[in-house]
Amino acid sequence: MAAASVKPALLLKDELDIVIPTIRNLDFLEMWRPFFEPYHLIIVQDGDPSKTIKVPEGFDYELYNRNDINRILGPKASCISFKDSACRCFGYMVSKKKYIFTIDDDCFVAKDPSGKDINALEQHIENLLTPSTPFFFNTLYDPYRDGADFVRGYPFSLREGVPTAVSHGLWLNIPDYDAPTQLVKPRERNTRYVDAVLTVPKGTLFPMCGMNLAFNRELIGPAMYFGLMGDGQPIGRYDDMWAGWCMKVICDHLGWGVKTGLPYIWHSKASNPFVNLKKEYSGIYWQEELIPFFQAATLPKECTTVQQCYLELSKQVKAKLGKVDPYFLKLADAMITWIEAWDELNPSAGDSANLTNGSGK
Amino acid sequence: MSQTNIGDDEVDIVIGALHADLTSFLNEWRPLFSRFHLIIVKDPDLKEELKIPEGFNLHVYTKSDIDRVVGLSSTAINFSGYSCRYFGYLVSRKKYIFSVDDDCIPAKDNKGLSVDAVDQHITNLATPATPFFFNTLYDPFCKGADFVRGYPFSLRSGVTCALSCGLWLNLADHDAPTQALKPGHRNSRYVDAVLTVPAGALMPVSGVNIAFNRELAGPALFPGLRLAAEGKLRWETVEDIWCGLCVKVICDHLGHGVKTGLPYVWRNDRGNAIESLKKEWEGVKLMEEVVPFFQSVRLSQAAVTTEDCMLEIVALVKERLAALDPVFARAAQAMADWIKLWKAVGSGSGSGSSPSNG
Repeated sequence: MAAASVKPALLLKDELDIVIPTIRNLDFLEMWRPFFEPYHLIIVQDGDPSKTIKVPEGFDYELYNRNDINRILGPKASCISFKDSACRCFGYMVSKKKYIFTIDDDCFVAKDPSGKDINALEQHIENLLTPSTPFFFNTLYDPYRDGADFVRGYPFSLREGVPTAVSHGLWLNIPDYDAPTQLVKPRERNTRYVDAVLTVPKGTLFPMCGMNLAFNRELIGPAMYFGLMGDGQPIGRYDDMWAGWCMKVICDHLGWGVKTGLPYIWHSKASNPFVNLKKEYSGIYWQEELIPFFQAATLPKECTTVQQCYLELSKQVKAKLGKVDPYFLKLADAMITWIEAWDELNPSAGDSANLTNGSGK
Repeated sequence: MSQTNIGDDEVDIVIGALHADLTSFLNEWRPLFSRFHLIIVKDPDLKEELKIPEGFNLHVYTKSDIDRVVGLSSTAINFSGYSCRYFGYLVSRKKYIFSVDDDCIPAKDNKGLSVDAVDQHITNLATPATPFFFNTLYDPFCKGADFVRGYPFSLRSGVTCALSCGLWLNLADHDAPTQALKPGHRNSRYVDAVLTVPAGALMPVSGVNIAFNRELAGPALFPGLRLAAEGKLRWETVEDIWCGLCVKVICDHLGHGVKTGLPYVWRNDRGNAIESLKKEWEGVKLMEEVVPFFQSVRLSQAAVTTEDCMLEIVALVKERLAALDPVFARAAQAMADWIKLWKAVGSGSGSGSSPSNG
């Protein structure tokens, strides 16, 4: 709980990669420069690989386009989406760092209520380096934050918390609404700054958004597969949520925490709601089945690594969601391909994803 | 379901008077309280006469009322100290109740504006709760917010909110060890959110600043767990934590919601945490048993009312906790007596004979 004397952001300089999917350009990085420049970037270029994406001067990065993905993964490249920001998860797979922060290229630095620029990366790091409290809800939110603590009645035996696997940030300005809501409320902007970080309780699911997200790759990386979306697929805009539901079931099983709330970024671009509606259309019906599926999903105690949990989930997806639509049979297979590819690219990671509690700090 | 309209005449404000002089307390709250009916319940242990300023529409209940209503029906039920307010819940005939400790005053929000805690609680109770899936933008029924992408449409109408738990600026509701370790620590963070506590997630409900739907939560809001050395400071009690857990388990079972967050009240400095430490270890130790117990409670399909659920919890307390500490056996007895009392005296709202005012 004690704050380190050196700012946490500098402590993770060599332990964190920033993964950015892009199809346009990376101009947005100029605004983030003061906060991102010390870090290594992994750019995943979606769309036409013959196009050159210009990275602003001074950033240390590696860039992968579709040709690179095909070359590196061979036939397994089929699990990586094309023409959808879901391709970003390729970046998670090739990273060699302990932590990942991912952000969309239309997300900018937000200001807090005092007018100060928000260092979103620093807040994510703080969230990941402090424990989560999924077993009992603290009414004053994250007790490890400066100025907060556990409330009366919170059992002392639960106050050590568990390692934090994921830090889910939020967005000011354009909120992350689905297409129907966007159509009904095209002018609604999120102006409410909620000064809280909280642990999503064990057993509770939420719709994870990939726009402003950080995670402990060593803990939960293999579960962060963003699914089959985009070109040739019947669905889009469900990539991050799919990963989030799988991830949460696995975190709940393995005893890790997921935080949501701060930091905020400024989301500048509202995507076209009619385009979104076409992409989401099937999802709006399917999510009625998906939520009960994930809420009821249990993993056997023999599943002690993330990969084992994930493969078990893929079996359940095939068995129970296959009848919702044949897409889920394809997705289940892609989940298996993802794990195979992950293990190939991260050979020693198989036995490191274990259950020791200390790894979160 | 959509927003309910809650009229002022459907609300009782119940204050447990642990201090005799309520003049400054009520004057501070006057702008927010004056249009409501108040029930003041005097701590039966308090010897001095209550001092109450003019201009309120209120009923006062004292020890003699409590003795008359409860009479010989129970030796296990004890309304002294913080528990006195529950007598007010029993005799109220309104559908909604707001309760705040008598050492709290209205707070100011981030913009320096006075917070209307009563109004915010009423809004929380009037709008649906969403316990079955977590909305990352918090309360979707708040102006300027909505459900996020990925929130199933079938879950967007929500369920009735049975309990609204507010928070505290200045002296937060920490336990004695925590406050003693950080004597200068004061809560200055105003978190501008209301959220539904998800189904299946338990939390410590603080009685300092709450509001509830009396029909749904009333029978379960009872201070069953009374510490042997319970005192007149919140640090020396866990009764609200106990009944809050009952309410949450029951709400989860019956499909009602519990909200937490806004509104804030300003809690005045009071008491000495280090002194209270001597008494509060008991509460701290008991929580280690209490929380796992409630996490394991499963209610039967046959339990379809709050009263039914409470009786099942009573049986489980007797079965699993009573042997661990006599305080649990007493709690079970008190809870069982309370349900009988509630059925005899407490149930029903609107017009009906109520005990005469003190």
